[in-house]
Amino acid sequence: MKMKLATLALSAVMAAGPALADLTFPSLSYRTGPYAANGIPFADGYADYFTLLNERDGGIGGEKINMIECETGYNTEKGVECYESTKGEGSLVYQPLSTGITYQLIPKATADGIAVHSMGYGRTSAKNGGVFSNVFNYPANYWDGASVAIKHLLDLNSGDLSGKTVALVYHNSAYGKEPIRTLEELAKKHGYNLTLLPVDHPGQEQKSQWLQIRREKPDYVIMYGWGVMNQVAIQEAVNIRFPMENFIGIWWSGSENDVKPAGAKANGYKALTFHNVGSDYPVFDDIQKYVVDTGKAAGAGDQIGTALYNRGLYAAMLAAEAAKTAQAMTGKSAITPADMIVGMENLEITEEKMAALGLPGFGPEFKVSCENHGGDGMVAVAQWDAAKGEWGLITEFVQSDQDVLQPLIDEDSSAYAKENNITAGCN
Amino acid sequence: MPEQFYWGLEAALNGLMTGVLYALVALGFVLIYKASGIFNYAQGVMALFAALTLVGIMQGQVPFAHLINAIFGTDVHHFGWHLPALAGIILTLGVMILFAWIVQKLIFKHLVGQEPIILFMATIGLAYFLEGFGDIMWGSDIKALDVGLPQGINSWLDETTFNAFNYGFFIDNLDVVATVIAAILVAALVVFSQYSKQGRAMRAVADDHQAALSVGINLNFIWVLVWSLAGFVALVAGVMWGTKSGVQFSLSLIALKALPVLMLGGFTSIPGAIVGGLIIGVGEKLFEFLIGPMVGGATENWFAYVLALIFLVFRPQGLFGEKIIERV
Repeated sequence: MKMKLATLALSAVMAAGPALADLTFPSLSYRTGPYAANGIPFADGYADYFTLLNERDGGIGGEKINMIECETGYNTEKGVECYESTKGEGSLVYQPLSTGITYQLIPKATADGIAVHSMGYGRTSAKNGGVFSNVFNYPANYWDGASVAIKHLLDLNSGDLSGKTVALVYHNSAYGKEPIRTLEELAKKHGYNLTLLPVDHPGQEQKSQWLQIRREKPDYVIMYGWGVMNQVAIQEAVNIRFPMENFIGIWWSGSENDVKPAGAKANGYKALTFHNVGSDYPVFDDIQKYVVDTGKAAGAGDQIGTALYNRGLYAAMLAAEAAKTAQAMTGKSAITPADMIVGMENLEITEEKMAALGLPGFGPEFKVSCENHGGDGMVAVAQWDAAKGEWGLITEFVQSDQDVLQPLIDEDSSAYAKENNITAGCN
Repeated sequence: MPEQFYWGLEAALNGLMTGVLYALVALGFVLIYKASGIFNYAQGVMALFAALTLVGIMQGQVPFAHLINAIFGTDVHHFGWHLPALAGIILTLGVMILFAWIVQKLIFKHLVGQEPIILFMATIGLAYFLEGFGDIMWGSDIKALDVGLPQGINSWLDETTFNAFNYGFFIDNLDVVATVIAAILVAALVVFSQYSKQGRAMRAVADDHQAALSVGINLNFIWVLVWSLAGFVALVAGVMWGTKSGVQFSLSLIALKALPVLMLGGFTSIPGAIVGGLIIGVGEKLFEFLIGPMVGGATENWFAYVLALIFLVFRPQGLFGEKIIERV
């Protein structure tokens, strides 16, 4: 009898616990709260790609994927709780999906030997893998975005921005302030004037900022906004008749959610992106067949092909490719968090690889190394077509100005290394 | 005159208009506080819920569609109709009255005579419940709201001022509409509370619950009425703010903009909400215009509270609030 009870108890524990052989990918999502409209499509894209791999390929390298979703509500404390409650499940990589959570997880994940991938957000200087051994921010970061926005403006002005004025409308937070130093350095190099216009959280009232833009008539406006700030800014730009084609948002100000409330007048608004847009890729046919049609789509299944869904899908694809790289390098399918870091550090994304995945031309080619955790900083510009209700790329993926950015990254990461007694370098 | 003067004048003018939008939110707080002594923390969420309901009804969205589909394996999302704005507003008003009745029946009826802090805590609970309920009922995507209100620069003012001063003033047409609506709303509320039987009963309840009960006033009915009126004001505020930014869950945060208005105008005065809104609106815009550039900008959020605190020091009951005198 005792034996039976013990067996039953053991079975129950094993059933309740994680399937240890699975590859565990936590998803720190926010499907509730003020930013849910942006959190849902990303979380859906992230989940659907892993579901596709499980259903179509049987997982990665023969190992099923166990995706654990944890709701953060875009709240830093909850994000840290999610990390603490899931790290023991064999989690391979965290995508915190919030700059605040990323900053909190950098020391924790480093101490725990788990990778953090902050794709297009987080601490920019984490690109220096010699200092931030566990943090990756490929394929592009905030500073790459600022630089490529200026490159785009240079292209529009025959390579000369001298005498032009660029206004930065930014969320008055650590995130929003990220591009300031870069834009200041680029202003010295290219001779444009930079006007800074902070907007306090949440950004529902921006009349002062846009009246100033109306008075000072900057040639271009770059926006680093988030949530309701984006919709209000685009509406206010429409109100003062600011030309939409001269208004460029960072990728977190470039979803359908941001432009649709302003209707047809948002036509021509531009946004930076480090991945392609739309759903005209073979992988979406597979998602329809293996995920949607089988009733396994995440959420309501109504976000497929939107900008943020594609970003979530892209993040999952990069995680899966890093896991494959780790499996190939270690020769085992059941990789550990330490193996995952090796996989991420040796990740190479080529066009050939993306085409094979059903994502031809979906993102830039890049290679990660121990020294370079941020990829090559390739960013494109997308433009909103209000009549069609869709984004379209209007440039190729172009590289940011590494001559300006690399010294800034070296400076910031060195300061972090000094503060935290880290001996920088790659073995 | 120097350009700087016109810019300052334009900032002040826009501050007045913005102040009206703040006042629209503050009005809902005043109505409930005046009649029941409850500081309704849920007022911002009520504006959100009303706006969500309006868009949902107008667009023929099936409420709880995600839940229904998950339980029954169906795939229903829309009824297939698109209602005109007026019909949507009337039906939404019906929903807000039903909401008021349920709130009274299930929550506040049982809390009569409790300490104000208990009632306040109840509204905090209500706010979080309503936010989640709205999410489940209508989804959390950002919805464009178009009830036919004009938006964008007022060309007439732009051209007239340009011809007169060689500088065209900016005013958003939506703000002009909001001002007109707010003026009508305040006039209607004042007339209602002063001259209608229910309005007088409402004021009697506000003065003394027990005395009002003793002369036969139905306390439950009056509170349902007050919550319904607050729901209507929330709908108006939700429409105005939702038209600006799309209907989304951040809309509930507009309550934060009403707090300094209430501190300044007083919690019990309808005209106080309007005057408080105007002072806060003008004050924060002028401060941002004059001092903002010297301190790096983004002063509006905190300066509104500084302004309210200054008034509070000299008039703790607010500009129009009732002075409380308790004698031993």
